[in-house]
Order: sequence, then structure tokens, then C-alpha cells
Amino acid sequence: MSGTYLGMPAFPEAAAESTRDRRLRGNLRHATHTIRDKRARAVAELDDWSALRAAGAALKDRTLRHLDHYLEQLEERVTAAGGQVHWAADAEEANRIVTRLVRETGETEAVKVKSMATQETGLNDALERAGIRAYETDLAELIVQLGDDLPSHILVPAIHRNRSEIQEIFRTRMADWGRPAPDGLTDRPADLAEAARLHLREKFLRARVGVSGANFMVAETGTLVVVESEGNGRMCLTLPETLISVVGIEKVVPTWQDLEVYLQLLPRSSTAERMNPYTSTWTGTTDGDGPSAFHLVLLDNGRTDTLADTVGRQALRCIRCSACLNVCPVYERAGGHAYGSPYPGPIGAILTPQLRSTASALDASLPYASSLCGACYEVCPVAIDIPEVLVHLRERVVQGGPAVVRGEKVVLRPARGHAAERAAMRAARWTLDRPRALRAGQRLAARGRRLVPRRLPGPGRAWTDTRDLPAVPAESFRAWWRRTRGDGAGPAGGAGPTDGAGAGR
Amino acid sequence: MRVALFVTCINDTLYPDTGRAVVTLLERLGVHVDFPEEQSCCGQPQYNTGYRHGTEPLARRLARAFRDHDHVVVPSGSCAAMVRDNYPRLAERAAAEGRGGAVPGAVRELAARTHELTEFLVDVLGVTDVGAYFPHTVTYHPTCHGLRVLGLGDRPRRLLEHVKGLELRELPGAEECCGFGGTFAVKNPAVSAAMGADKARNIAATGAETVCTVDNSCLLHIGGTLSRLGSGTGPVHLAEILASTEDTPYTPAGIR
Repeated sequence: MSGTYLGMPAFPEAAAESTRDRRLRGNLRHATHTIRDKRARAVAELDDWSALRAAGAALKDRTLRHLDHYLEQLEERVTAAGGQVHWAADAEEANRIVTRLVRETGETEAVKVKSMATQETGLNDALERAGIRAYETDLAELIVQLGDDLPSHILVPAIHRNRSEIQEIFRTRMADWGRPAPDGLTDRPADLAEAARLHLREKFLRARVGVSGANFMVAETGTLVVVESEGNGRMCLTLPETLISVVGIEKVVPTWQDLEVYLQLLPRSSTAERMNPYTSTWTGTTDGDGPSAFHLVLLDNGRTDTLADTVGRQALRCIRCSACLNVCPVYERAGGHAYGSPYPGPIGAILTPQLRSTASALDASLPYASSLCGACYEVCPVAIDIPEVLVHLRERVVQGGPAVVRGEKVVLRPARGHAAERAAMRAARWTLDRPRALRAGQRLAARGRRLVPRRLPGPGRAWTDTRDLPAVPAESFRAWWRRTRGDGAGPAGGAGPTDGAGAGR
Repeated sequence: MRVALFVTCINDTLYPDTGRAVVTLLERLGVHVDFPEEQSCCGQPQYNTGYRHGTEPLARRLARAFRDHDHVVVPSGSCAAMVRDNYPRLAERAAAEGRGGAVPGAVRELAARTHELTEFLVDVLGVTDVGAYFPHTVTYHPTCHGLRVLGLGDRPRRLLEHVKGLELRELPGAEECCGFGGTFAVKNPAVSAAMGADKARNIAATGAETVCTVDNSCLLHIGGTLSRLGSGTGPVHLAEILASTEDTPYTPAGIR
């Protein structure tokens, strides 16, 4: 019923394919540049943004240090308010719990609020296998679901589609899922929204089970919070009789006052709005108001392992705003699917290899899917130093070392497939740690400088396929220094770059 | 004031003109420059590829080479950022692993004495007019590590604006990465090339004769891409522009 991330190629191969897709590049360029410019304006309006950002990071760090305490407090308050709390160690357990809960209602369908956690667990497929149909009701998630596609962005899952593609998907696929698209559907945004509204309305009114995630969980009262733009979330959270929320354990905040910080950081970073249109909060159940049964499934799925890593744990601060995707030059060219996970872009490149480990070729390639330009860190509203974590995870791939995997302390071995690189690095280090050898190498290169081919064979092709090589200079800097300034050299002079002008280039 | 040049391995080996330009420039400004031959590479390629332990001997060597200097001047934003941002981190991580001896205090201390060239000129020497003359059109690409890690701000621009004869052209999308990224360029060649091509297009659109940065590693990629695309714009390191004077004008090889 939907695409799958299983068996996807490593990032470089997938990206080589997607960068060639001109339409995709155009869609992404347009969308990411529009939203990144809007975000910059929305953030610039606040003169205390850096203080907010520091507070956002500090609150999350402190909460994560005492996560056990706040989760137990949350469980107690949710239960006291009439909800039921379930603990899921991994994706499979979460899916099993949700499937059982839906079955217990006797229903075979559910409406869904856009949720990253259930994308992460692959809930829709698990429900489908159990004969339960889950309907995505977020506009972009609907587009993805109808198109038998995968989300490619955290906030805008269908960012890779333009409106004529969406028109086509609605026209050909809506009938399979419910109310067909109106005759003569155009690609005008208002018409597309109206088609979605009509299609979804019948689902909202019929559904007796709703499935959601949450942006925040407030421990002091056991309250869950969903922020959204469309109002479909409000429908799913209030109309069904049973509400099941699957939420990552890192989403807890201690108090309502903490929301003051995040409800400023999130919308400005995410949709570039001062305030998102809908903020829904609910606490357990209330007689005669909203769902009469509420289940909270707390999802670990690698989060505790991530928390054990002193460098990598900062990824758990993430509030899923997607600002890092929108400024990332790599995401903009490669697109979200190349990351092989519901979490694409810079945050995905540090989150996925921690949640899923670096065992597969794809996950081991993700920390390298960055030029370390630092634009992501600059815009992150909770100051996750993404480049620092990327480099840290690269180390885990090539050097191995201690880690926690499924609660067990292990010593990871270096990944395979890096033997040639490791040897090259070692050789470079050997030479660079011996100036005499370095000088000899430079002399050799200078002598052979006319022999450098325009295109290199083997691994060097990755460079020369698209770039010319620089000319090798006749004399290295250190040889020049030695000749003109070193022991026994004549008086200093002629230091100007003009003697032998431009030889180096 | 004892000032040393950390030329960086890439400038030493591939771009000696840049190193010589720094020497010329600093001597013109009355600074005596030292070049300890013990120096080699800051270890950035190793570190950023994940070989942190393999970086440590290089960091120790660099700290040893510059132990006696008050200021270390680096004509490279990313190598300066490596020392400033990551050397303290190397020390921290080694200490956390109970192998603090692998990264002695001197490595951490080097960070505070290390300046990227434009920082040294503007902050330490307090000059923005270095008496340079460069009668060409130039567009400036702020490299990522200079821009976002070091926070060079408008220092390079202020230096360029004081160069006689130089016409500065605005670069569209200037703050976007060129796509080099060290080993990224060969590990993810398709994306790197796509980023490089977009950067090259923006540079070409300025119509400038040269594109200038504070980092030759980025220029290796940008220049190589421009040359492959048959562009008339050549790469030049900022130091070479600043070293050029009316008496001894300098024309980079890349200018046609």
C-alpha cells in the first residue's frame, strides 16, 4: 500500500540518481528557497531569538538527563486523567500494541494525524497486514499515500511533487480510497485543497478510531500537544471514540511553561509563522467531550541507546521543525528519498544512524551525506550541532568504538568497505608526520607535474569527472622557504608571489 | 610579538603562491614571519572523515611546531577552524576515553593563538587598508568554515573594499556551500558536482574576472569546476590580492 525504505541503496547511489531528476531539482529548489527565506524573516522579527534558542536547548537537555523521572510522572498523570499508557521498546512492539488496540474496538479503519513516530515504525503497513486501513488526513501525507509514495520531507512530505503531479494523483487515485476527485479538477491550489477536503470529510465523519503522534507531552498534567496548520488534526483528535497516540519518549517536557519557549521556536522555524493555526491539547479523557478512550504508546525504538551517547544525544532535542532540511544544500539536490528514512536531511543523517545503528550500508553512508557546511546548525532552533554529530558518527563507522545497542554496551567494529580509505589515511598521516618524507613527495610531484593526466583512473575519477585538476607547482612552499629563507639561504627578498607568478594554479 | 605562518599542507603542496603572498603581505606590514618546518597538516581530512585517533599525532606535531609563537596565522578558513573548533574537542574526547596523554594541553592551547589571515589583519594588526592594488573585477565567496565556524563576518570584505583598482561584484547565493566538503567531494561526487555547478553558474553570472575566497581547498573544487565548464573566471586566494601592489602587481594564472 505504500513504498518501503527496505533495501534502498546507500546515499551516494540514490543521490546520484535523484540529482539527475531535473523536475525534482526544480520542485525542491523552489520550495526550499521559498521557505528558508520566509523562516529567516520570521526569526529576524524576534530580538530574543538566540536566548529562546539557548532556552530550547537547555530545557531539552535537562529533561533528557531526567527522562526516567518525567516519563513516570507523565504516565501517572495520563493514567489519573483516564488515559492508558503503553510502553513500546521498538517499532514492532509499538505496531503490535496499536494493532491490538484497534482490533479491540472492532473497527477496521482509522484516521491519522500526521505523525513522524508512526512513519518511523511503519505503522500503516503493519495495520494493513492486520486488515486495518489507516487513512492519512494531512494534505501532504494524503498525496503521498494516494501516490503509493514515500514522504521526502518532515514538514512537507510531498515537497517533491508539484501541483500538476498532485492533480494527476488526485484524479487517478482518489476513487480507490473513497470519494473520487471532482470532475474537471484543475491544478489550482484552491481546487486541489477542496478536492482533499471533500475526500477527507467523509472519513472524519465515519471514523471511530484516530491515530496521532504528538509534538510535546507535558509531564506535570499528562497533556499531549499537536501543532498543525490544516485542522485535520483537530478533527482526528476530537471526533473518533478512541484515540491512540504514538509518541517518542523524547517528546516530554516538564511543564506548561516550557511550551512558552517551544511554541515560539517551532512555528517560526518550521512554517515561518508567528503562530501555527491550530494548537490542540488534550489530557486523558473527558466525559461527553472528545474520545472516550485514550491510549498513549510511548516509543523508545533506539532513543535510550542514543541517550547513552554523550555526543550523539543532542539529536534527541529535535522538535521536527525541518529548518535544517530547508537550508541544506545536499538535501536540496538529493531530495528526501535518498536518505532512506522518514527523517531526511541533516537531522535524518544524524538521527537515523543512531536509531537504526550504522549496520546497513545505507545507514553507514548517512553521516557522510553532508559537506559539513554548518547551515543546519545555524538555523536549528534547539542548537543541535549537527556537523559535530555527523563527524562523531563517521568515527563510529570507520573507527568503531563503544556504543549502546538495544540497551547493551558493545564495542563496534569498524565498518567494512573502508579498507582502502583507511590505508590511504594512514599513509597520508605517515607522510604528514614526517616533513622529510613530505618534502620528498612534493619534489617528486613537482618533477612529474607535466605527467598529471586530465582525468584520473579509479577512485580519482570521482574528482576528475566534473573538475579539472590544479597544476602542480614547480616548487612547494617549504622548498621555496628553504631556498630563500632557510639555513644557508641568501638574504631574504623576492618573497612576492610575483616571482613565478601564478605557477601554483 | 612572534608570528608564525601555518601555511597548511594544501597550500604548501599545491598553492605555494598563497603562502608566499602571506609572507610578502605581512612583511610589508612590518611583521616578522617565522615558518617552522616541523609543521605539516592540521588533520582536518582525517578528522572530518572519522579518523579521530589518526588525527592526534598531527595535532601534537602542529602544537609542537608553534609552541613558542604568540600568533599563528593561517591562510585557510577551514584549517583555522579545525584548530580552533576541533582541537579542544580532540582533547576533551581523549580525556573522556582516559587517554588524555594522547592530546596534551598544548594542542588545546594552540586554538587561542590561531588566527585565520583576515582575523589576524583586522583584529590583531588592526588594519583594513593594507596598501594593495589589484585592478580586476572580483567576486567573493565566503567559505562555510570561515563564515559559520570562525564567524569572519565582514572582515574579508572590508579588506577587499580597501584594495585600489578592485571592483567587487556581488555573488548571488554567496552563503551557500560550494560543495567541496573535503572527502565529501569524492564520497558523494554527484551531489558535490551539482552544488559546484550551481556555484559556478552564480560566479559566472557576476561576470567577474576572478572569484576569491580565504580557502584554497574550496577554490580547488570551484576552480576545477569553472575550468571544466570553460568559464573565463579564475580562482584566486584573498592573500594574493592583498599582496599585490602597484609596484609589484600580481596577476593570478587563472585570469585570462
